[in-house]
Amino acid sequence: MSDKGFPLNAWYAAAWDHEIGRALTPRRICDKDVVLYRRTDGAVAALEDACWHRLMPLSLGHLRGDQVMCGYHGLVFDATGRCTFMPAQETINPSACVRAFPAVERYRLIWLWMGDPALADPDLVPDFHWNSDAPWVGEGGTFYSLKCNYRLVIDNLMDLTHETYVHAGSIGDDAITRSPFEVTHTDTCVTVERWMENIEPPPFWARNLGKPGHHVDRWQIIRFEAPTVVAGDVGVAITGTGARQGDRSQGVNGFFLAAITPETATSCHYFWNFVRSWRTDDEELTKSLNRAHVNDGKGVYDQDHDVLEAQQRAIDRQPRQPFYNLNIDAGSLWAHRLIDGMIARESPSETRTSETKPVGVAAE
Amino acid sequence: MAPTDWLPARLRATRALTPDIRLLEIEPSSRAAPAPPGSHLGVAVMIGERPDTRSYSLIDSGVDGVYRIAVKRLPDSRGGSAYMHGLEPGARLSISGPRNHFGLTLGRPGYLLVAGGIGITPLHAMALALHQAGAPFRLLYAARTRQDLALADSLQARIGDRLEVFLDEEKRRIDLAGAIADLAPGAEAYICGPFGMMEAARRAWAEAGRPPQGLRFETFGTGGRHAAEPFTVRIPRLSREIEVPRNQTMLEALEAAGIGMIHDCRRGECGLCTVKILEADGTVDHRDVFFSEAQKATNAQLCTCVSRVVGGGITIDTADRAG
Repeated sequence: MSDKGFPLNAWYAAAWDHEIGRALTPRRICDKDVVLYRRTDGAVAALEDACWHRLMPLSLGHLRGDQVMCGYHGLVFDATGRCTFMPAQETINPSACVRAFPAVERYRLIWLWMGDPALADPDLVPDFHWNSDAPWVGEGGTFYSLKCNYRLVIDNLMDLTHETYVHAGSIGDDAITRSPFEVTHTDTCVTVERWMENIEPPPFWARNLGKPGHHVDRWQIIRFEAPTVVAGDVGVAITGTGARQGDRSQGVNGFFLAAITPETATSCHYFWNFVRSWRTDDEELTKSLNRAHVNDGKGVYDQDHDVLEAQQRAIDRQPRQPFYNLNIDAGSLWAHRLIDGMIARESPSETRTSETKPVGVAAE
Repeated sequence: MAPTDWLPARLRATRALTPDIRLLEIEPSSRAAPAPPGSHLGVAVMIGERPDTRSYSLIDSGVDGVYRIAVKRLPDSRGGSAYMHGLEPGARLSISGPRNHFGLTLGRPGYLLVAGGIGITPLHAMALALHQAGAPFRLLYAARTRQDLALADSLQARIGDRLEVFLDEEKRRIDLAGAIADLAPGAEAYICGPFGMMEAARRAWAEAGRPPQGLRFETFGTGGRHAAEPFTVRIPRLSREIEVPRNQTMLEALEAAGIGMIHDCRRGECGLCTVKILEADGTVDHRDVFFSEAQKATNAQLCTCVSRVVGGGITIDTADRAG
């Protein structure tokens, strides 16, 4: 696995929109502590979660109107990060501020820009429209502080042969490992497409298609958008009804959605959802899909969770760099290349290795 | 103070911008990251035989890996500007940073940039950034004479009539109150210039009823209402009398004389190096931004890192109660 960190000039999901209200919400994103809150006008503010003065987390302070008061000595910062009050003096130190991160609310998520704010173009928010737009319906969740490097999650989603083994009995079966796949990419996206034609549907899809006795054509069209968003177009349709040619009317179709946000080098926040376009009014189905994915003990996402954390623990114990790769890793390796390209473009070509003191000059 | 990581660099080129302002292009030994507007570079200088550091605002983002600063040769220089003007292309330098105490907040509904003289340097970078972002802004730039205008022509070529020039020799003065009144609610102002201009701006901003945090400025503590001159500091409790030379701060002189002092910013911001004034024979030239105007008027204390006395001496007390 390449471990060159993460790009900062990118929008990262920080929270579901319904999670952020007037409470001060701490979150670590890209190795930076951030405090999120909703201003009185409804917009979300995101500040560095450390008071300028003594680094006390501002999230342990109080909201006063749209401003945050540090709970230690009462310094106050506005939503742009400017200090507006200092104790025991009549003026304010003009240097005093905390960093404010650009925030955009889109596709039911709150996205933060962790790099150069001048580059924070809302048009660059990754395409995640399936999460908010009809006909797609679904309720997701988040694994906050999932204990693995974010790239392990991307690897997991870009190669679904693991379904056969990790998710046997629900969405996995041998057809996946038998079927060829095609990997293509642009400058910002990688797509892995696999068609499994004329197969027995695995249990999850058989149940939701509701047409016992039929063989199906099954598809997995996974789209990665750099740096960390994955949307997988998945489904089955009765064999020979033209799904591959574009007619999915004899099938059921869903998207698995993943917005992955680095937390530290060895942890991430995994915003997931599974949206569908069948029985969209069926709230019980929505709930059961949500539960089945995480909450009943051995849902699909729980199974991935176990694998991902076990994998990170193994890497930590016995780092063998690099991983060996198989042909099934083509999608994830292209994803890594796009991520690494973003990192390279935003950092100096050489790291500052030589930090020398000038002769005869004392350090400050 | 935070430890400084020094980086070797080379003076790539110099160019006279005005009779006393020189542009210096500094190339770090390893390619450096671009710096946001308002950033300054630390440069190691020699003042006579004594090493010291000076901070200079970057005039652009340095996105091409070259840091550009403009240095004015000051007659009152403590030695830094003379040193910087004596450097030849190819000279080896030690630099630190860039650091930013004067960050530009993007996304405000409007911006007023006000530059006085060499104060154009950080505002030049801000104007370029705001122009690139398509933000509404005005840059008001005051100088004594046309030949004292640095960077104005190239700036005008890029930002057009957003740059407005005010020359003393043409008797044109910036109407700060008017410019502030024209600003949209929530707009910010960024000022860099002589002490009097910053004071006038702070007064006009307060009188306009705008929130203090919306007026942004950076203090280097290098200028006051009066020219620097030597003065005497008496500390009766310690039975000491200390001379502060023209090219040294009061804080430096006190420390050199063995008086225990605490300090942090050295820019007149933090208020840690303040001492109590027992008696002032001369005029205290308050050059700090820590005390309010009302506090300065009472002359009860001063910030020793930047403030000075002219036309006499001063009697103070320090925190030392050991004896």
